[in-house]
Amino acid sequence: MARRGFRDFDWTLLAFVLVLSVISVLEIRSATAMTKFHGFEVKQLLFLLVGIGLMFAMSMVDYHRLLDVANIAYGASLFSLVAVLIPHVGQKVLGARRWINLGGGAHFQPSEWVKLVLIVAMARFLWGRAGEGKELSWKDVGKACALVLVPMALVLKQPDLGTSLTYLPVLVAGLFLGGMRLKQAGIIVLGLVVVLGIGYGAGKRLKPYQQKRIDAFLNPDSDPKGSGYQIKQSLIAVGSGGVWGQGTNKGSQTQGDFLPIPYTDFIFAAFCEEHGFVGATFVLLLYFLILVRLVQNAQTASDPPGTLLIMGITGVMLFQIAINIGMCIGLMPVTGIPLPLMSYGGSSIIFTFLSLGIVMNVRMRRFVN
Amino acid sequence: MESQEKFSREEKLDATKLHVAQYLIALILLGLGVGLWRLQVLGADSYRVLAEQNRIRKVPVLAPRGKIFDREGRIIVDNYPSVSCYLLREQQKNLQADLPRIAQGLHMQVDQIDALLKRYAYAPKYQPIPLKQDITPDEQAFIEAHRNELPELQTLEEERRLYPRDGFMAHVIGYVGEVSENDLNNSKFAFYSPGDVVGKGGIEEAYDEILRGQDGSRDVIVNSHGKEVGLMGQEVARPGRDLRLTIDLDLQKAAERALEGKNGAIVAMDPHTGEILAMASRPTFDPNQFSVRLTKAYWNQILTDPNHPLLNKAIQAQLAPGSTFKVIMTMAGLQENVAQDMKVTCNGGATFYGHFFACDRSHGYVDIHNALPYSCDTFYYTLANRLGIDTMARYATSVGIGEKTGVDLPNEAAGVMPSEAWKMKVLHDKWYAGETISVGIGQGAIQATPLQLARALSGIASGGVLRRPHLVFDEELAPDELSALHDTYPGSGEKRVPLTPENWQIITDDLANVTGPIGTAASAHLEGVDFAGKTGTAQVVSHSALSKVAKGTNTLPNAWFVGMTPRRNPDIVVAVLWEHGNWGNNAANLASEVITAFVNKQRQRAGNLVKLAEVKPAAGVAGSAASSNAATGAETTAEKAAAPQTQSETP
Repeated sequence: MARRGFRDFDWTLLAFVLVLSVISVLEIRSATAMTKFHGFEVKQLLFLLVGIGLMFAMSMVDYHRLLDVANIAYGASLFSLVAVLIPHVGQKVLGARRWINLGGGAHFQPSEWVKLVLIVAMARFLWGRAGEGKELSWKDVGKACALVLVPMALVLKQPDLGTSLTYLPVLVAGLFLGGMRLKQAGIIVLGLVVVLGIGYGAGKRLKPYQQKRIDAFLNPDSDPKGSGYQIKQSLIAVGSGGVWGQGTNKGSQTQGDFLPIPYTDFIFAAFCEEHGFVGATFVLLLYFLILVRLVQNAQTASDPPGTLLIMGITGVMLFQIAINIGMCIGLMPVTGIPLPLMSYGGSSIIFTFLSLGIVMNVRMRRFVN
Repeated sequence: MESQEKFSREEKLDATKLHVAQYLIALILLGLGVGLWRLQVLGADSYRVLAEQNRIRKVPVLAPRGKIFDREGRIIVDNYPSVSCYLLREQQKNLQADLPRIAQGLHMQVDQIDALLKRYAYAPKYQPIPLKQDITPDEQAFIEAHRNELPELQTLEEERRLYPRDGFMAHVIGYVGEVSENDLNNSKFAFYSPGDVVGKGGIEEAYDEILRGQDGSRDVIVNSHGKEVGLMGQEVARPGRDLRLTIDLDLQKAAERALEGKNGAIVAMDPHTGEILAMASRPTFDPNQFSVRLTKAYWNQILTDPNHPLLNKAIQAQLAPGSTFKVIMTMAGLQENVAQDMKVTCNGGATFYGHFFACDRSHGYVDIHNALPYSCDTFYYTLANRLGIDTMARYATSVGIGEKTGVDLPNEAAGVMPSEAWKMKVLHDKWYAGETISVGIGQGAIQATPLQLARALSGIASGGVLRRPHLVFDEELAPDELSALHDTYPGSGEKRVPLTPENWQIITDDLANVTGPIGTAASAHLEGVDFAGKTGTAQVVSHSALSKVAKGTNTLPNAWFVGMTPRRNPDIVVAVLWEHGNWGNNAANLASEVITAFVNKQRQRAGNLVKLAEVKPAAGVAGSAASSNAATGAETTAEKAAAPQTQSETP
């Protein structure tokens, strides 16, 4: 069936993605021009080429084969997440054990690819359990929760709150599409509120830096040099962009070193400052087109696992976009979640393009019966 | 698979749920769009104002370096207030256009400023660049007068180092300077940033972390015109800690005065504790010239000086110790029960392995009681031949020859104690028995520093107790600082070597006779003081090679003396190296000046006001080396180190 070739490949989706990627490279170039990170746009371009290659490779393998190996991959994921916590195996960078040293300068961050494995594992789990008119039993809901929450807890232990949060949409999308009853959802939400309330009351659940970020989010002036400072600088950057923006290489917040890490987490703020409301709206529109196109592909999938795979990917992307942009415009706390297709970074790009490869894969097999 | 069978291909997920998802996407993105609208369209003007005001300027608050005192609390290194000029880069204006005017006003070159800008290109924009330090009043006036046209110039008051004049104690103190680019790549300087002032050499380097304190900063919010509109926060500067050295300024002065006009080093230490009481090296340099602007001319002058003024000869000059080594030989001979009954008839030398080894005169009948005072080479040739090189090396190494002492100063030299294994390892050659004979009188491959000799003889005179020499009292440092220091400057440190009381008595009596009537340092005798020691006259060129040496090279032997008082368990040991000082007793005269200063101080402190006679003229005066050479004869019974034919073969 792969011989149908790439006629059924979603070229429109790829076009939207590539436009966004070009914008990303140009903004990284502008944001790093005056810093010692200049030249990162070239590395980003290389990551993109690798990503695109991986996407095509991923689209060639029937996604049912992925579903077949889901159990093994899930086991391997848990193993790598445990391994990364072991001293000497896991590399400690900036106080968190997130990396495994592969030797020869190569590092590997298991928590990124675990995200992908979780999406596949969730689709595999719901295969047969989900479908029109079917409803999930309490037991299935419990299993689905365990499926996501165990790796989430391991990543939280690293500690990496940001990445662990990106696993949540996989669970939400799965339960929603899998046919969870409204009553079940209501009880779970109520339970969560109670647990969070108790946790917040005890005040021991969050690391000091996480608590600081929450405080800074609630009151940006409380900690003007830390997280609050970052949010404040980001707001000023976005706001001072105005309607038309200050122009490439001209954003005083970005170029003057006021905006923190303007090429990764705060790249959207840098972009807003230099290209204004018009540019920002254009980027939002591109995200909208990409996401809607993903949902369309989910609709045309030939079977529920295909739909579940794409919706899992859509959920994660939507979540990351909402959290990251929300952070840049002061609606969300600082979590360190990158913006898909915009932020600089190899792990994020490769995850995104592998996901897109799965989407293409499902689309190319939509007429198969 | 089981689940696959349960599942029919026609089955689809609920389409309405996917519609819900689409609406959710639209809703979320719309929400973000509204947020953007609020900030960028409605709030644009107020955020623009904030962006204008948002110019944080980091104004450094420099921590004053700790002062340095002597053991009695007298100040050695002080600070003085000075003004420096900084360049701010966050101004939205073309800096390049202003450079010629700035260069002119501050008496700098445009290239110089360009190079600075390039060096700081990747530093945060709000960090000011140090443009010129210690500016003059007229340069300060220039900056004040052009505040409006050149707002990028800012002045800052800071404390600068004030060192003693004329290079007094310069090698012990060291100097400070901007951290170099090479240093910044070194992991040792990981926490330093360009422009930081660090200690270089001496105490300034060894105790940099303690002395430097912690620079602070004020984060000032300035508007786009560079005017202060508020304070965002500040880090208070933590001043550096003061240090009290073990140096006694009175003895230091005596040592510096004794060395004036000569090349060499003097180090005095307290053998009971290892505290260094004085340490001087010549030629010297002016650390004040380094701390502000080092002129090219001065730097070249220092670099091209053949006598290496930056070298601290007390710990870095590695030279043949000459006859001072005979003290260690005596200890080895006695401890091995070889020297006790050894008797030699000196006829001006002896033949070993087919070579004639000369002594400077015919001493006649020599035994363990007069060999050291006579410094009879023939006796020690014979002793060396009996002991063998490896036994000699074992004793020499046990008292720290060929090993760093562990003094708390950077770049200490280790010296060399040859042995069979050493020669095989370093020169890949077999040891020849003939070489042992020269080493017996401290010639040949053996090399030691003045501090090593001071410590070795301190240990022997103290009955075998050796101390780690140090310049800062241990009590001045926290336990972790002390252990870090010992890790940084490892060495043979504190130890005990076996020495029987009988042998100890023989050696110390011999040492006392060196300054007695029969001794080689009779001219340095101090009446009423138990002044003991050992001279050394180490040849720098062998006799056979003398004719081949280029004209103008100084071929006079190096003069050594290690003196102490009293002879047993001394309170002070002084090692003197006078390069090309010609005779060991010349060095002894310099040592006696320091000993005199010490004894006078002790007597004064005890209420005993009878001072020792002031420094005698004798050979201690500069430039007299050559004349005393001509007038050798009766006055000096100094040993002329043997210069047998083998000398030219030994490396």
